[in-house]
Amino acid sequence: MNENPYEPWLATIEEIRQEVGGQRPIKTFKLKFKDKKIQDNFTYFPGQCAMVSLLGMGECFFAISSSPTKKGFIEVSVMKLGKVTTALHELEPGDKVGVRGPYGNNFDINGWKGKNLIFIGGGIGQAPLRSLIQYVVDKRKDYGKLDVIYGARTSKDISYKEEFAELEKRKDVNVHLSIDVKEDGWKKFVGFVPDNLLQVKPSPKNSIAITCGPPIMIKFVIQNLEKLGFSEDQIFTTLEMRMKCGIGKCGRCNIGNLYVCKDGPVFSYKQLKNIYGER
Amino acid sequence: MDKLILSKDNLPKFIDELIKKNTVFAPVNNNDIVIFSQIKKANEANFDFLNSQYPPKALIFNQTETIFKFKPGPKGDIEPIKIDEKKIIFGIRPCDAKSMAILDYAFSGEFKDPYFLTKRNTSVLIGLSCMQPGVNCFCTSFDDSPASSKYVDILLTDIGDKYYVEVISDKGKQIIKGENKFFKPAKESDEKSKKEAEKKAINTIKRTQKTEKIVEKLDKIFENKFWKEVADRCIGCGVCTYLCPTCHCFDIQDESTLTKGARIRVWDTCMNPEYTLQASGYNPRPARANRVKNRVYHKYNYYPKNYNVIACVGCGRCIDLCPVNIDIIDVVTRAGEVKP
Repeated sequence: MNENPYEPWLATIEEIRQEVGGQRPIKTFKLKFKDKKIQDNFTYFPGQCAMVSLLGMGECFFAISSSPTKKGFIEVSVMKLGKVTTALHELEPGDKVGVRGPYGNNFDINGWKGKNLIFIGGGIGQAPLRSLIQYVVDKRKDYGKLDVIYGARTSKDISYKEEFAELEKRKDVNVHLSIDVKEDGWKKFVGFVPDNLLQVKPSPKNSIAITCGPPIMIKFVIQNLEKLGFSEDQIFTTLEMRMKCGIGKCGRCNIGNLYVCKDGPVFSYKQLKNIYGER
Repeated sequence: MDKLILSKDNLPKFIDELIKKNTVFAPVNNNDIVIFSQIKKANEANFDFLNSQYPPKALIFNQTETIFKFKPGPKGDIEPIKIDEKKIIFGIRPCDAKSMAILDYAFSGEFKDPYFLTKRNTSVLIGLSCMQPGVNCFCTSFDDSPASSKYVDILLTDIGDKYYVEVISDKGKQIIKGENKFFKPAKESDEKSKKEAEKKAINTIKRTQKTEKIVEKLDKIFENKFWKEVADRCIGCGVCTYLCPTCHCFDIQDESTLTKGARIRVWDTCMNPEYTLQASGYNPRPARANRVKNRVYHKYNYYPKNYNVIACVGCGRCIDLCPVNIDIIDVVTRAGEVKP
């Protein structure tokens, strides 16, 4: 952590991958800190976030979408939506951005050892899950059965396509992709993510379900997980809010008395049920 | 604690001495509004005031502040700035001094805010007891007093023909040490006079906010229609939050030309719909009722849960200056009576 938590370090964009095109494009930026010492000391866990900025345009809070098991860089996946993300999408390899972090809590990678993990992602919500999936795949023997459920609006909107294809080749990971509406040539599930979840029907026994996506998807995924017998402390999600500071001071990302940036972004459904507040 | 006496004649002399060695801020008349401004001479200060319209928190947590400078763009670079601005705030009211202690919680913790804390730790608060509290003052609702010395370095209390001076902290002692010649030891009768003056001031406070078990009570009425009723009158101007000595929300914006720029922090308000509006168009607090409720809960539920203190000092500014007469005393007291 920088002595002044508001002051970012400079990082160079090493590589940019276009995940999704169209009206709401997503790009993954591979970033390497300019100062090697900072790169070496930047330790984080899956689920944690970073503030990324283009000097002159402003900052945004993103989940770190790469796993700490991949050394020497960090990745963030950015959907082009507002002022800062639009500016970031115009950058090229070799350009510099400001990065500060890591912020927030993380997925319980130690507590979940030996458990079956079910990942349920939608759209850009896959970004924080990707970090955890990469992590558990890199430490495959530490975890039980792995199910990856992911859906997008159309086949063109599926992020991390190559990585899903790689995962599908593995015998020790089950991938269940879906799209919302029927398309020619699509042989996998057609329908919404919560419905795909019911069809995959994971067993709650010794399992943890982790979900991230649009608020409406999360709502129905949780309902369906409960139908499948998952208890509220077996269900985890990671939230987002508009943020400015990332360190629990600027005020806007609170749900009740908790700040998503500092006390989250990872929450169990049990926790969320017991705090009230708009989200 | 040292107990001293400062004669009224010596007050301006004492201040002028302080000005020679320090940056001194004091209440100053500015087009009929009192605000804390830097003074170059003691006679610029106006101590015959109720309170400054603008909270003196603005001297520590500035309304607008550069957090660092930069050369903009994808080939840019960062230029850190130096944070200094050691200052004396002379004539701060006990309620506003307490607000600084409340803000300490938000700006310290795991992530230390260097801008607030550097200024806070180097500044000296010389308080002035409030002998004639205003009609909407209610510091006593929080077991505090208009003549409380708890949160200042030095407290001056007008006891008629002279000031009774309580030197509380080491920082306060350092200040007095250099200016010994203006002070003499207080007598027991002076201490008694202070207590009487304090009692008299407390008795002029007529308004009370009922905050007993307010955290638990608010826990039960988050979804109640009461909040919509409160918000129906609100026009969302945000003056309550800008004038509040304990509000700490801010925005961070980049401002730049082609060749130079700065990252700036500015006060923000949870009364603005844009405050929580996400780039996707989704807003978790879309209605005014959500936002009005957030202001009340932040002060009377979230802050007590996180830091064990209500984030209100009873200064009454938000009541005095609300254009539609929303009254936090009344809102909180009534919220406590709502049937869940």
